Amino acid sequence: MKDLTQVEPGEQKAPVMAPGHNYGTITDKISSIVLKKPVSKGWILGFLVCFVILQWMLYGITLLFFKGVGVWGVNIPIGWGFAIVNFVWWIGIGHAGTLISAILLLLRQSWRNSINRFAEAMTLFAVACAGMFPIFHLGRPWVFYWLFPYPNTMGYWPNFRSPLVWDVFAVSTYGTISLVFWYVGMIPDFATLREIADKKWIKYVYGMLALGWRNSARHWSRYETAYLLLAGLATPLVLSVHTVVSFDFAIGIVPGWHTTIFPPYFVAGAIYSGFAMVLVLAIPIRKFYHLEDFITARHIENSAMVMLATGWIVAYGYAFEAFMNWYGGDVYEGFVRFNRLHGPYAFWYFALLTCNLLIPQVLWFRRVRLNNFVLFLISMDILIGMWLERFIIVVVSLHRDFLNSSFGMYYPTQIDWAIFIGTLGFFTACMFLFMRLLPSISIFELRTLLPEAEAVKHE
Amino acid sequence: MKMEEQNGKPHQEEVCPGKKDKLNLESANALIAETKGPEFWRSLEELAGSGEFQEMMHREFPKGASEWLDSVSRRGFMKLMGASLAMAGMTACTKQPMEAIVPYVKQPEDVIPGKPLFYATAFTLGGYAAPLLVESHLFRPTKIEGNDKHPASLGGTDVYSQASVLGMYDPDRSQNVIHAGDVSSWGEFQNFIRGPLKGQEASQGAGIRILSGAFSSPALADQVQAFLKLYPGAKWHTYEPVNRDNALEGAKLAFGQPVETQYHLENADVVVSLDADFLYAGFPGFTKYARDFAARRNPDSGMSRFYAIESAPTSSGVKADHRLPVRASHVGAIAATIKDGTFLVKGFPQIDRGLTEEETRFMRAVSRDLRAHSGSSVVIPGEHQPPIVHALAHAINAQLGNVGKTVVYTDPVIANPVNQLESFKDLVADMNAGKVQLLILSGVNPLFDAPVDLNFAKAFEGVPLRIHHGLYQDETAEHCHWHINQADYLEAWGDTRAFDGTVSLVQPLIAPLYDGKSLHDLLAVLSGEPQASGHEIVQAYWQKQHSGADFDMFWRRSLHDGFVADTAYSPKQVAAKSANFAQSASPDAKAIEINFRPDPSVYDGRFSNNAWLQELPKPMSKITWDNCVWIGPAMAERLGVQKRDMVRVALGDAKVDLPVWIQAGHPDNSVTVFLGYGRKRAGRAGTGAGFDVYPLRTSATPWFTTGAQVSKISGTYILASTQGYQTMDAGDVTRPIVRTATLDEYRKHADFNEEKPPAELTLYPGYEAQYRSENYAWGMTIDLNSCVGCNNCIVACQSENNIAVVGKEQVNHGRHMHWIRVDAYYQGDRNDPKAYFQPVPCMQCENAPCELVCPVGATTHSTEGLNDMVYNRCVGTRYCSNNCPYKVRRFNFFLFSDWDTPQYKMMRNPDVTVRSRGVMEKCTYCVQRITEYRIKSEESGTKDYNTDADLKTACQQSCPANAITFGNINVADSQVSKLKKNQRNYGLLDDLNTRPRTTYLAEIRNPNPELEA
Amino acid sequence: MQIFHRATNTIAKASIYGALLLVGFILWACIQFQRSPYVTYAHVARPQPVPFSHEHHVGAIGIDCRYCHTSVENSNFAGIPPTKTCMNCHSQIWLGAGMLQPVRDSYATGKSLVWNRVDDLPDFVYFDHSIHINKGVGCNTCHGPVDRMPLMYNEGSLQMEWCLDCHRSPAKNLRPRDQVFNMRYEQPSTQKPLLYEGKIYTDQMALGSDLVKQYHLRTVADITSCSTCHR
Repeated sequence: MKDLTQVEPGEQKAPVMAPGHNYGTITDKISSIVLKKPVSKGWILGFLVCFVILQWMLYGITLLFFKGVGVWGVNIPIGWGFAIVNFVWWIGIGHAGTLISAILLLLRQSWRNSINRFAEAMTLFAVACAGMFPIFHLGRPWVFYWLFPYPNTMGYWPNFRSPLVWDVFAVSTYGTISLVFWYVGMIPDFATLREIADKKWIKYVYGMLALGWRNSARHWSRYETAYLLLAGLATPLVLSVHTVVSFDFAIGIVPGWHTTIFPPYFVAGAIYSGFAMVLVLAIPIRKFYHLEDFITARHIENSAMVMLATGWIVAYGYAFEAFMNWYGGDVYEGFVRFNRLHGPYAFWYFALLTCNLLIPQVLWFRRVRLNNFVLFLISMDILIGMWLERFIIVVVSLHRDFLNSSFGMYYPTQIDWAIFIGTLGFFTACMFLFMRLLPSISIFELRTLLPEAEAVKHE
Repeated sequence: MKMEEQNGKPHQEEVCPGKKDKLNLESANALIAETKGPEFWRSLEELAGSGEFQEMMHREFPKGASEWLDSVSRRGFMKLMGASLAMAGMTACTKQPMEAIVPYVKQPEDVIPGKPLFYATAFTLGGYAAPLLVESHLFRPTKIEGNDKHPASLGGTDVYSQASVLGMYDPDRSQNVIHAGDVSSWGEFQNFIRGPLKGQEASQGAGIRILSGAFSSPALADQVQAFLKLYPGAKWHTYEPVNRDNALEGAKLAFGQPVETQYHLENADVVVSLDADFLYAGFPGFTKYARDFAARRNPDSGMSRFYAIESAPTSSGVKADHRLPVRASHVGAIAATIKDGTFLVKGFPQIDRGLTEEETRFMRAVSRDLRAHSGSSVVIPGEHQPPIVHALAHAINAQLGNVGKTVVYTDPVIANPVNQLESFKDLVADMNAGKVQLLILSGVNPLFDAPVDLNFAKAFEGVPLRIHHGLYQDETAEHCHWHINQADYLEAWGDTRAFDGTVSLVQPLIAPLYDGKSLHDLLAVLSGEPQASGHEIVQAYWQKQHSGADFDMFWRRSLHDGFVADTAYSPKQVAAKSANFAQSASPDAKAIEINFRPDPSVYDGRFSNNAWLQELPKPMSKITWDNCVWIGPAMAERLGVQKRDMVRVALGDAKVDLPVWIQAGHPDNSVTVFLGYGRKRAGRAGTGAGFDVYPLRTSATPWFTTGAQVSKISGTYILASTQGYQTMDAGDVTRPIVRTATLDEYRKHADFNEEKPPAELTLYPGYEAQYRSENYAWGMTIDLNSCVGCNNCIVACQSENNIAVVGKEQVNHGRHMHWIRVDAYYQGDRNDPKAYFQPVPCMQCENAPCELVCPVGATTHSTEGLNDMVYNRCVGTRYCSNNCPYKVRRFNFFLFSDWDTPQYKMMRNPDVTVRSRGVMEKCTYCVQRITEYRIKSEESGTKDYNTDADLKTACQQSCPANAITFGNINVADSQVSKLKKNQRNYGLLDDLNTRPRTTYLAEIRNPNPELEA
Repeated sequence: MQIFHRATNTIAKASIYGALLLVGFILWACIQFQRSPYVTYAHVARPQPVPFSHEHHVGAIGIDCRYCHTSVENSNFAGIPPTKTCMNCHSQIWLGAGMLQPVRDSYATGKSLVWNRVDDLPDFVYFDHSIHINKGVGCNTCHGPVDRMPLMYNEGSLQMEWCLDCHRSPAKNLRPRDQVFNMRYEQPSTQKPLLYEGKIYTDQMALGSDLVKQYHLRTVADITSCSTCHR
């Protein structure tokens, strides 16, 4: 029969899930990845590669902690370098997860059900990566806890006027909620795995994780409420976190930072890069684990559309920024525009525009949206673009601000790169483990998509 | 002043207590008493029970003063320190280790532990004294200040004397008497030297030669005479690579006798500099001249006009109302033109001296201006201009009737005013002739800096017995049979003359760290009276001068005041011999000219190992740790070279490869190189830094000559400059960073200064109250008209506030730590630009952007308007620096402070925390001084809150030009309040409404309308 | 098939609260530890080369603080007596006492005694004795009942909150200047009223706030500015 998960252009939308599935098949297909299938060579290889890259990060961090942030390219005037760039970038990536799971859930977008699980996982790991950098970038990381308000012997509180303190709350809340949301979402599936697993100890482990889930109606009704509540909690975070992160810059008086457009423009950018990352992960995963039935062209295409939309919001951000630089009539703001276009980092500014504005426009064509390979490349391109955007905002704004005498240049060092690339290793390594050890697609939520489920609902 | 007495309050200078090898000075000092000489620092470590003591035993140098130029070893050191510190960070912040406290056995009366004492003394450079007051904490000199009572200082200092305290504590200083490469002792030397001296008695010492630097010390001169009486055959030679032979010969040429020229710029309405850099350290009388000059630059009261004709851009030239860049060889012609122009009652001579149209026009204006101000004008010739130019200057000044008014002649300050180069040539001749059996060199380094054509090294090897007496085991010491480690001027007794002849007594501030010997001691031994101490010798001499019952009183007063009353030379009546001098023809204008100049930081090389000076940005280029060749923009274009490209400078058959610095305003077809770099045996800071240009310098043309070849060669070189961008243009706009106007504009519409934001631009009612205590509100003004860019404030601040040195590599990364910087901006035509200096300390903004963003509140506002920086609270997010529009905040990217070297621990100011790794720091308005002052005044219960008299910041105190004014702006009649009311007053970037407490007085130029057209 | 015992449910529930409690306890413990004498040395007597007893010299004999701590009134540093000071008396009395041997040695050899510092502030804190004395802060306000200390120990924790406690409301500790060195001074109370400058005080705050005015204390905002103690 014709594979319905592939649609030709001009055809109707692909279904959310290939037909012919029932509770059993779904359960088997997904749980088998975790329980039945032997560990593939590809998995081992991939994991090892990531693990090696991860060692770079550890090396970089060791050096960093023993010598000081001087091992980076940071200096005066450019006090913030890769650390903050990466921080913002990773946080941004995290957003897609929460968006998909929470907001789309509230909006009853049933197509989300098959991608929310690993989107959330992705969020979690991304936030973990992001969370590291604020601590790394401190001159004295061992006293990072001074940023938390606690009854200390100094009789002195943190400075609540500082955006960095807001960050502490924003990011930690976000991390916690995502974790809980993710975990709660998995409870029923843990129970399923507990049942299917044959080895005793595996049963035991998943049993522990399942927290005594018995699939009873009472469980389900409470579960639904709890999950909905969490979704409700998580939703505002999607907006709040990156808004707060954008304050780190908007509150400053540095030309190129001091602008009111940042919050919406950061959030849009975050979702932009987030969905790009979702695709970068989803496309290979569905291929290697043959999940085309569940992650269908529908999901891919929708994600692509979201990217296109958010991409334009970002574009608006750029345009408005440039406009205000000119319209504001301020000497220093005006120079920001000049410096981006003609300064030493001009190449990267144009690279950014190409990656984030130009190339993604091909997404207008459905043929492109349906071509996994091209889509994969575009997503990659967007991820790079968004990283460049943060680089432009952080470094290029700082390197030439008010007094010509303090103009400077920023040259990243190997340690800068080691730690950045290292976090990529960390992230992917986590994803590999996740794919292997946890149900990467929400089994029970897929079940609700089945006709049977519909029937049940209607009774 | 004995080391035993260095006890008292332990000030462990750390941000975070409990570093593992915490070293206790007090307890350590107790031991210094017994252990003298080189072991002293070991005993320190030993006593402190430092874990690294063993390691140190096996190392040539104590760790810490790491090799700034060698990133590798520095990194290694960083790793170690980083490790121990990271650990300390984890643990020690919670629990302090036990700390020892060591009282005196018998406490001297005048000492109150915790309160510093000030002693008057003097630093000497090239024979000219810089009178000082030295702050001493329990007999450890920590800070150099100008002696405000002394007529030659008036409180100001120069960079060399400011930095000399670091030189004293330099762990690389020679710590032993060396004989044939092995450690020997002073005693052994004394025994040894008897033999050779006895051998000389027969010939009355005909084989003895002594070579020393120039000195003005009466006592020493006396001692020398005595020695020469003892050995009539012996000869005493003087040579310094940077000497005043030209001035001396010029005076002889003009008056037939070697007279000293003094200028009274306070009386000068018109100042003309013939290639003279009289506004930078090294020019005799610089501090006084800077002050007088600045005083006459006040646009509100008879502003003077200053024409600078110079062969290489200098900080003096920056201050000129009209600056004419010409090649050094052309200055003679110009001087002659001015002379004729001023001699004629009216009109202008038509003699063709090869002046261009532009130059002629310039000279016509200058001459007319000079004539118009006869008796109140002055022409100052440059040290490196040939005698003829000096003679011409004398003639012009005489013709204009300036003598006695703006120009005064006195007896020479130098004890034996000989032509040093000739003296040196004689010595070399004698050496070649084999007449020299015993050569004693004191405080000189000829194997490094002798004129290359004399081939000194060869002659030197021929001398059977060579004895070197100096602060370092330098290039010359290496090739001497004996090396005697010299005592620093802060460790020994002596006396010296300032440029006006006033004698200062030099008293030791500390017992010699390495048991060094002064020249007095050495001479005493040579004269066969080894028991005589420096103290006795100097005192005995003055006993002779001031016999009488009240000598004790006289001696004490002189010591206390820092100078011997009425020893200033009285003006001397000298008749000009003739006014017509043989004119030397200006050489071929095509040939490339080369200038040799002392380096603004390391002078002739003697300060090479002084890290403060090495890291001091050169006034014009802001380069640190290196020298380079200056090339004008036009010439650079022809050569097709960029900044930092390497070029080969060849002169005759000598060639030197140098990196290029394209210096705006440098005359075309001429290059300038700087002496003193490329040392081979300077120490950890100096060795290997920069390029040695002495190989190009011959005795015939020590200062400039034509015929140099400059050719581009492959490769580039990193020159670490501290200033990002040297113009005020950004994009297509010029930023209003330095505000200027001409005197006329200023007089006509005093509101030339851009409008300022309204005083009360705030959303918070009652905002004032937040940061105003009713007693004090600190404020500062910096007069851009007065600032001569001499860099003094930078070193003073570094010394006062324990600011770390970071080394070339880090400076190049943009991580230098100076709390106050002096920006130099060039505007207009790059070949002849207008230039401006702007010192930038922390602005202490009332709406400080840095305070808002610090997450832990490590930088907050004090009620007196200080922007406090709390190192021990700082976690190092660097957000404050990002948000500081002035970029005056400095960050410890590594552990920049040297926590190990005991010498440096002794040097530090105990009232200021030594910052550790990972914390931000910045100018505090010298809050330690403010606090001390406030406490004192509160205890005395005074109600007068005008602090002008007794409270000065370090930069303000040391500023020779009085450009910096600091005080209480709550008091209407305080100096700073008055200045802030001045029309010229403006806040840097004040349109950001940061409301800086540090404000600037706009720069006013007084151009000659005739030339403006 | 049942892999868990029924009880597991209860345990699971309990463990949720347990975890919360555990975290809470750890935080609480850390906070307590920071303030414990183990960290602050409060009330922990230090070993000294000579077991010098303030109880005896101050309490029993009644020697004034300033006899030994000479610079306390005019310097940031109170001053530790030189060996000479000890010998003023001990060249006459207790000549044979073994415990004084180190003192005699020090005097003979000219080698200083090495004491262990008791009230040891962090090195980034700049405390000034003279101004506190001058403003009517008693010695024992910070140093405790020195006249009852056989071996010296520090009374307070010397932590920032401890300093701020007074700097944030100086009135509660001020006393008349002439009482500063009085080790047995008691704050005025209804039981023990204090007559000062013709006025009778029965409560410290009243006295304190008057002294604040009389001694021209700077405002709380002034003396809690960071640069008051940190430079």
